[in-house]
Amino acid sequence: MTPASGAGRRFAVSDLVALAIFVIFALVPFAAKLGPEAYVLTLVTRVMIFAIAAVSLDLIVGYGALVSFGHAAFIGLGAYVAGILASHGIGDALVALPVAIIVSTLFALATGVVCLRTKGVYFIMITLAFSQMAFFTASSLSPYGGDDGLTIHARDTFAGFAWMKGDGALYYVVLGFLLLTFLLCRALIASRFGRVLRGARQNSTRMAALGFEVFRYQLVAYAISGALAGVSGFLLANATNFVSPAYMSWQRSGELIIMVVLGGLGTLYGAIIGAAAFIIAEEWLAGFTEHWKMIFGPLLILVVVFARGGLIGLMSLIAGPRRD
Amino acid sequence: MTEPVLRLENLRKRFGGLLVTDDVTLDVVPGELHAIIGPNGAGKTTLINQISGTLSSDAGRILFAGQDITALPVHARAQCGIARSFQITSILPEFSALENVALAVQAHAGTSYRFFGRAQDEAALNEPALAALRETGLAERAHIRAAHLSHGERRALELAIALAMQPKLLLLDEPMAGTSHEETERLIAVLRRLKGRFPIMLIEHDMTAVFALADRISVLIYGRILASGKPEVVRADPQVVAAYLGESME
Amino acid sequence: MSTSLLIVQTLNGLQLGVLLFLISAGLTLVFGVMDFINLAHGVQYMLGAYLAVMFYALTGSFLAALVLGLLAALAFGLLLEFAVFRHLYDRDHLEQVIATFGVILFLNQGVKFVWGASPLSLPIPEIFSGSVVLMPGLLYPIWRLVIIGSGLLVALGLYFLVGNTRVGMLVRAGATNAAMVSALGVNIRRLFMIVFGFGTMLAAFAGIMIAPILSVEPGMGDTILILAFVVIVIGGIGSIRGAFVAALLIGLVDTLGRSFAVDILRLFMSPSPARTVGPAIASMLIYLLMAVVLYIRPTGLFPAKGQS
Repeated sequence: MTPASGAGRRFAVSDLVALAIFVIFALVPFAAKLGPEAYVLTLVTRVMIFAIAAVSLDLIVGYGALVSFGHAAFIGLGAYVAGILASHGIGDALVALPVAIIVSTLFALATGVVCLRTKGVYFIMITLAFSQMAFFTASSLSPYGGDDGLTIHARDTFAGFAWMKGDGALYYVVLGFLLLTFLLCRALIASRFGRVLRGARQNSTRMAALGFEVFRYQLVAYAISGALAGVSGFLLANATNFVSPAYMSWQRSGELIIMVVLGGLGTLYGAIIGAAAFIIAEEWLAGFTEHWKMIFGPLLILVVVFARGGLIGLMSLIAGPRRD
Repeated sequence: MTEPVLRLENLRKRFGGLLVTDDVTLDVVPGELHAIIGPNGAGKTTLINQISGTLSSDAGRILFAGQDITALPVHARAQCGIARSFQITSILPEFSALENVALAVQAHAGTSYRFFGRAQDEAALNEPALAALRETGLAERAHIRAAHLSHGERRALELAIALAMQPKLLLLDEPMAGTSHEETERLIAVLRRLKGRFPIMLIEHDMTAVFALADRISVLIYGRILASGKPEVVRADPQVVAAYLGESME
Repeated sequence: MSTSLLIVQTLNGLQLGVLLFLISAGLTLVFGVMDFINLAHGVQYMLGAYLAVMFYALTGSFLAALVLGLLAALAFGLLLEFAVFRHLYDRDHLEQVIATFGVILFLNQGVKFVWGASPLSLPIPEIFSGSVVLMPGLLYPIWRLVIIGSGLLVALGLYFLVGNTRVGMLVRAGATNAAMVSALGVNIRRLFMIVFGFGTMLAAFAGIMIAPILSVEPGMGDTILILAFVVIVIGGIGSIRGAFVAALLIGLVDTLGRSFAVDILRLFMSPSPARTVGPAIASMLIYLLMAVVLYIRPTGLFPAKGQS
C-alpha cells in the first residue's frame, strides 16, 4: 500500500525540484551575459514577478480549493500603491511596500467576507466581480492616468538606498521575494493552519464537525494570498516603471489561473514552473507569428485534456507524489 | 436522578409537508449508552443532524450539559464537546489515518492559527491520535492514506476521529453500516470498552449490537418516540414488537 | 433628466436585457444540465455575427444571412462540442475554464486571421431601418424594437418549450439532477447535444441581431460573456426563468445606471466629483448588484438545484 505522502519526511523530492528552480534562477543573469542580456533579464524578472502571484494563488486554489478569478486585482492594487505614492513623492519601499501589503490585505478581508459565503462557480464569479470593480475604479482615476495608466519615473529605494535601480539588482531583489514567498507558503502548508485549510478542501463538513470554523481559516488564507499578490504588483510596477488598469483585467486573472493549473496545482513549485512556461511560451510564440494565439489556444486545450495535473503531472514519475 | 448530558425537548422538524421529527423528548445521562432504533425513514439521521447542528429544528430545545445549544452552529457544538460519526463515511481521503485523527486532536489542543512549525511532527497531536487508533484497532494502518482503507477500516476511523475529540457526548450514526460480520464484532468490542467513559447516543439497525451494548433504548417510528427504557422492557413492549421488532427480532 | 430620455434609456435597457437573455439562456442550460462552464459561449455570439456578415456579402439578403448564419453557427458549435467540449464534461470546472479560455484565444485570433482586425458591419434590413415616433418628440429606432420583440418571442417560445414538451421536461430534470436522468435511461449524450446546439443558436442569434447596431470585431464576445455570467449567477444556475429576470434586471440597471449615475450623484455631491465618480460607479453597478444578491442568496435568485 502506498503510504501517504509527506508522512514524517522533512524534505521531499519536491524540495529538490524547488531548489533546482531557484539555483537556475540565480544563475540566469550569468548565462544571459552570453546572449541578449537585457532582454533575458527582463523576461525572467517578469516570470519571477508573476511566479510570486501564481504561488500565492496556488496557496488558495491548490491547497484550499478556493478558485479566485479576481487575483489580478491584488497585483493591480500593489502596483497602484507604488505608483500613486511615487507620484506624490513617496518613493521608498520602506513605506510603499508595507502600504501595498496593508491595502491588499484589507481588500482581501473586505471582499473575502462576502465571497467566502459562496462556493463553486458562485465563488469564482464573485471574486471576478470584485476585481472588475477594482478595475473600473482604477480606470476612472484620471489624476492617476485613468485608462492610459501612470508612469513611474524611478524605482523605489530602500531606506534611501537604490536597491532596484539596475536591472541586475532588480532581478535579485525579485528573486529574493520569490524565495521568501515560496518558503513562507511552504511553511504555511505544513503548519497547523495549513492542515486545516487542506482538510477543508477535502471535506468541509467533516471539518465543521471537528470544531473548526472553516470560514475564518479560509478568510485568513485569502488575506495572506492577496497580500503576497500585492507584493507581486508592487514589484511589477517597479520593474516596468508603469501602472495601468490592465494589470487588473479579468483576462489577467485568467492567465494567473492558467499558470497555476498549467504548472500543476497544489505543489507551489508547479506554480513557478507554470508562470515560466506561460510567459516564455507567450514570448516565443509571438516571435513566430502575430497569430500566435491560434497556436497557444489549442495548446492550452491539449494540455488540459491530455496532461492532467499539468506539467508537474507529466513529471510526476520523477518529482514524486503531491506534497500533502 | 443524575443531570442529563443531553436533553431534547419537544423537538420538531418538517421537510415540506413531511413531519420528520414529531415532538421528540429524550435525554442521555452520564455514562450511559442510549440506542435509538427504528425502521428506515423513521428520522433517525435527521435527529442526529439536529443534535449536531447540521439541521436546524423548527421547534423545541436542545440542552447540552444544561446549556441551551439550539442556536449554536455545528463547529461551536463540536467545540462544546459533541462528537459525531457519520452514517456515510466522512473522512479526509488524502490524509493518512493518523493525520485524520491528529487533526481531530488539533481541533481541541490549542489554537490552529499557528503558521510555522510542522503539524505532522507534533507529538502532542500524534500521541493522542495513535492512542485513539489503537483503541479502534487501526494502529497498524496509521500511515495508510484514508482513501485506501477498506470500508470497515473507514468506519473504525470515523470512530477513532470522534474519540480523539475527547467528547463529552458521542453521537454514532450507524457505525456498523455496511460492515462485515467480523468487523461488526470488532466494533462491538470497541464500543463495549468505551462504554461508561462518556455518554453515547447510538443509532443502529444491527439488533445484536444494540441489545449487547445499550443501557437504554428509544424506538423512533415516523418521527415519534414510541417507547423508551431498558432493553428488556422495550423488547417486550407489544407496540414496539408490532411496529418494528416483530419480524426482525434476534 | 427628461421623460423622453428616461423612456429611451429604459427601452435600451430592455434591449440589452433581451440580448443578455438570449446569450445567458444557453449558458445557464449548458451549465445547469451538463455542469459545464463554457467560457467560449461569448465567441459563439461573435461567430454568429461574423458568419452573418459573410453570408450577407454573398447573398445580399439579411434574412438569408440570418438563416445561413444560424445554421453555420450551429454546425460550428456542434463541431466544437465534438472536438473539444465532449472531453471535458467529467473534468472539474477549473479545467473547463482553462480549456474554453483556450477556445476563446483561438477563435478571437481566428476571426482576425480570416476577416482582419477592422470592425465590420451588417446593414439593418430596409423595412426595419429608420425610427418610429413613440411620443411627440420621441423617436426610437425600429430595429431596436425588433430586437426586443424577437427576444421576447424567443423567451416565450423557450418558456413553452421547456415547460410543455417532453424534451423541455428532460432539460428541466437534467438541470436539477443530471445523474438521475441518465440513470433513468435517457440518452444523456443526445440531450447534451440538443441543449448545447440550442444554446449555440441562441447566442449566434443574439450576435446576428445586434450586429447592425454594434460593430463586428474580434473580442466583441468577451465583455458580453462576463455580463452573461453575472446574469446566470444572479438568476441562479440552470434556471431559464432566473436568467430572464436577471437579464432584464441587469440590462436596465446597467443602461439606466450609466445614463443617470452622474445626475443621481449630483443630488448628493457637487458636479465635479460626481462626474469623476459617476462613470466608475456606473460600471460597477451590476457587480455591486451581484455581490449583494450573492450575499443574501449565495446560490442566486432561482437556482434550479434548490437551496442547499
